[in-house]
Parts: sequence; structure tokens; C-alpha cells
Amino acid sequence: MRKLTVKGVQVDDTFAEAFGMRATALIITADTARWARQAAETMTGFATSVIGCGCEAGIDCDLTPKETPDGRPGVRVLIFAVSTAELQKQLQNRVAQCVLTCAGTACYAGIAGEERLKLGNALRYFGDGWQISKRFGAKHFWRIPVMDGEFLCEATTALTKQAVGGGNLLIIGRTTQTTRAAAEAAAAAVAKVPDVIAPFPGGIVRSGSKVGAKYKGMTASTNDAFCPTLRGAVKSALDAEAGSVLEIVIDGLTSEAVAAAMRAGIAAIVRLGPRRGAIRISAGNYGGKLGPHYYHLRDLVP
Amino acid sequence: MKPLTFLLRDPPEQRLDLSPLVPHLLAGKTVAEIERIELQTTRYRVTAGDVFRVRAGDAAQICLDGASDRLDHVGHAMSGGEILVDGDVGAQVGRLMAGGRLTVRGDAGPFAASGMKRGLIEIRGAAGERLGAPLAGEMAGMRGGVVIVRGRAGERAGDRMRRGTIIIEGEAGPYAGSRMIAGTLIVLAEAGALPGYLMKRGTIVLGGGCGKIPPTFVDCGVYQILALRLLAGLIDPYSKRGAALLKRPLQRLAGDMAVLGKGEIFI
Repeated sequence: MRKLTVKGVQVDDTFAEAFGMRATALIITADTARWARQAAETMTGFATSVIGCGCEAGIDCDLTPKETPDGRPGVRVLIFAVSTAELQKQLQNRVAQCVLTCAGTACYAGIAGEERLKLGNALRYFGDGWQISKRFGAKHFWRIPVMDGEFLCEATTALTKQAVGGGNLLIIGRTTQTTRAAAEAAAAAVAKVPDVIAPFPGGIVRSGSKVGAKYKGMTASTNDAFCPTLRGAVKSALDAEAGSVLEIVIDGLTSEAVAAAMRAGIAAIVRLGPRRGAIRISAGNYGGKLGPHYYHLRDLVP
Repeated sequence: MKPLTFLLRDPPEQRLDLSPLVPHLLAGKTVAEIERIELQTTRYRVTAGDVFRVRAGDAAQICLDGASDRLDHVGHAMSGGEILVDGDVGAQVGRLMAGGRLTVRGDAGPFAASGMKRGLIEIRGAAGERLGAPLAGEMAGMRGGVVIVRGRAGERAGDRMRRGTIIIEGEAGPYAGSRMIAGTLIVLAEAGALPGYLMKRGTIVLGGGCGKIPPTFVDCGVYQILALRLLAGLIDPYSKRGAALLKRPLQRLAGDMAVLGKGEIFI
């Protein structure tokens, strides 16, 4: 493997391999930024991986009152799934249980497009006949009476088939502390990039996986090549200096957004440097056999 | 490109049917062809060339200069483009309109915007009775689009309206929003007696109250409804005063309880 070192941080000559996904975006508003955020965090909870959660979801950005349809503070949320049907199911359940229920919220489409997913059109039946349809031009909303007033919800939101899931960075450091510092810096940089989310807790995942397992029925298991405590026991990807590895997984509405997020993450890690942060950056792939999207790290270094 | 202009030579001797003079029907026609279009409503044949001085231009933008209240069916079923009327118009202006923009600088007669589907109608003066209403025998009136009346509107504005938005900046006559099926009717000044008479669904907002609150409407309290605030943002480009009204706390009356009762009047 050719070696590329940027400001003391080694960047592997490898690539992240990512898949096409279906995605949608929502704008959630509330009387205060705190309650908009609350609804968004609740509905994107338990949405780290499509393997166990049905979807991957997260907060894209906070919105000022000027940026939202109703002039209240808001949050933009992105939701990714492997199929349109699963995306519709997850969207419906999550908005019904987490946004409809949250004090003072309203919910709007956060993305434009031809293909639509049901939003208010699926939730309106909660109104038990008292729901009110309001149309203005191309916009269609449902007003559903609830105990604190009305839940206002756009009838549909758009769906994109251009979304990409599984962009990633493997961050390798000497200690858990320095590795975490590098991962935190990268996650903070990724969070600033529009149209992407890092769905894992705090934007960081510590249990990276490989495909398959020794046990029947397991589709994924621990990525032993990057487990530092197995360094001597397995065919390890780590050298003697490596003491800890963290991963950032990135989902984006477009391939360009994922590349921009990876570029921002790498730049943040390099800025922190090897002494306080990571000594090496790598990426996860399946040998180029599975995903249609490749992100070569050498193209993304600052 | 310059607009296609029709200048009225003299006040017409009979009521005229201007329904052929809409952008999609005039596109590609020469001035000579346009002048041969018949507009009469009586036995006496009248062509466009007889009553108007036609000046060539882009048919997507039509100007009617010196118009009179004897010109009926202006903008009938127009599907796009723009019509600008300098003067008054007669009955059924913008009836069955399906797109585009129609502006009347003067007053409009009865049944303006009747059965309108899409697009925007602005009447700078007053509108006659039954704004947006269905003709006799039709099941529904206006079913989409936006109508703004800067002056007052006659009785039964928004009769049997199904969808769309009507904003009346002046007063409205009696029975505003009668038999409404759905949609939104906003009256900034005072409305006449019994607004929302037999309305099933839909929203009526009365900025200046009404002559008499109908007895079949029930009080639901005073609220600042988020949907109205959202609507305020959407109608702001058309009517600043209308938008300001929707942001105020308003009393919600539900009704008409004599029928379905899923409509609402905000006062």
C-alpha cells in the first residue's frame, strides 16, 4: 500500500464504498428552538443503522425562523432507508409517535421533488373526522386538532433516489483519548456540511463491522482486522502504534454531499494532528464488489 | 415583446361575449384573423374588429383598454398568460379560469371567478354578487386559485366554493361564504348578515366582524392558529393587510351546525 502522509497523519491509499439509498427530509418547527430540537432528536433516536433500526436518521441543521415555512425556529431532519416502502413506514411511524406527540410542533417537507411520500396524508386520520385540509397553490396541509391546539403537517414530502449511505472514515490513534478527540473533531466538521448526517451516537461508531460471521444467521460481525486487542491474533490492519479505532459513517442526499463531508472530516483530523489526535486515516470497503459509489481518500485530502 | 392590445372604440350597443379573446385561443393568430372573431350576444353580428382597435403583440399578454361593464366572459377558461383590463368588466370575468393572471383595474360584475380552478384574479375595484359562485345547476363554485378584490364584494361571495382562496379587502355583502364546501374566504372589512350560511367545511376570516353572527355557529374560543400564520406568509405577496389580519388572535366559531358543521369563521 502506497503511503501518503499529511502533516504527520498517515492517509491510506484506499476508498470508502457506499450504496444508493432512498431518502427524504423534513422540517420540524416548534414555538421554541428547544422543542423543535426535542422532536427532531426523539424521531431520529434509534436510527443508527438500517440493519437493526429500519432507517438511518439524523439532524441535518438547525433553522432560524426566517428559514422555516411558518416563521418559527426549526430543525431539518434527514431519513435514509433501503427501499421506498420501508422509508414510508419509518417516516409515518416516527412522525406519528415523535413529532405529532411533541408539544407545539409542526412538520413540513424538507426537500422538493416529483416523487412523494405520505406525511400528513397518513397522519390525518388521527383527527377522527375533525382534521381540516388546507391547500394553497401547490402546497397542501393538514390541520389535526390536538390537546395543545392544532398539529399542522404538510400532506406529503418528496423522496430522493440519489441518496448515498455508508460513506465512512476509519480514525486510528494511539490511545482512546486521542482517537476520540480526532473523531469528535471530524464529527463536528461533518455536522456542518449540508445534506448529510452521521447517524451513529454523537456521529461516531466504535463497533465497525465486517460482512458475515462464524455464526449462522449473523449478517455482520465485529471488524476484527481493526480491533486493537486482537492485533496479534488475527490478520490485523493495525500496526504496533495503533491503540484505538473509531469510525464515522456518513449518509448524504447526494454523492457530492458525502464526498464534501468526508473531505471536511479528513481536514479536521489533519488539523488536530497526530500528537493530539489520530495517527492514521483509513476507510471501509468491500473490495469494490458491492457499492456503486467509491470515495478515494487520496482525492479528499486537504 | 409588446402586449396584444384591444382598445374599445365606443361603448358597445349590446352585451359582448369576450370568451374567444384569451391567450391560448389567440396564440399564432394575425391581427386580421383576430378582427374577424365574432363577439355578439344578440342577432346583430359584431366582430372584434368592429368594437376594438387591435394592436398586434404577444398573445400571452393581452390588454383591454377602455373596457366597459358590457364586456362579459373576459378571460373565460384562460389557461395561462396574462390579461390586463383597464376599466370595468361585465359578468363572469375569469369564469372557469385554469391558469395565468387576470387583472381588472375597475369593477367586475356578478359571478366573477365563477368555477375558477387555478391562477390569480385581481379586481382593483368592486366585485358584483356571487363572486366565485357556481351558475345555476352547478354543484360547486370556485375550486382553486386565488382571487383578490381590493374593493367591496356583493352578496354570497364564495358561494359553494370548494377550494382556493378569496381575499376581499373591502366589505362583503350578506351571506358571504354561503354553502361553502371548503376553501378559504378572507374579508378585511365588515361582512353582511349571516356569513357562512349553510357552510359545510372551509374557513372564513372576518377582519371587520359581521352584521350578525349566525345563530347556528358555536364559539370555540380565541386562538392564534398556526395554519393561519402559515397562510399569512403565503398570501403576503397578494395582500399585506390580509396577512396582518391572519397573524392576530381570532375567535373561532364552528359551523354551520345546521348542516355538517365542520366549517369555521374567525372574527
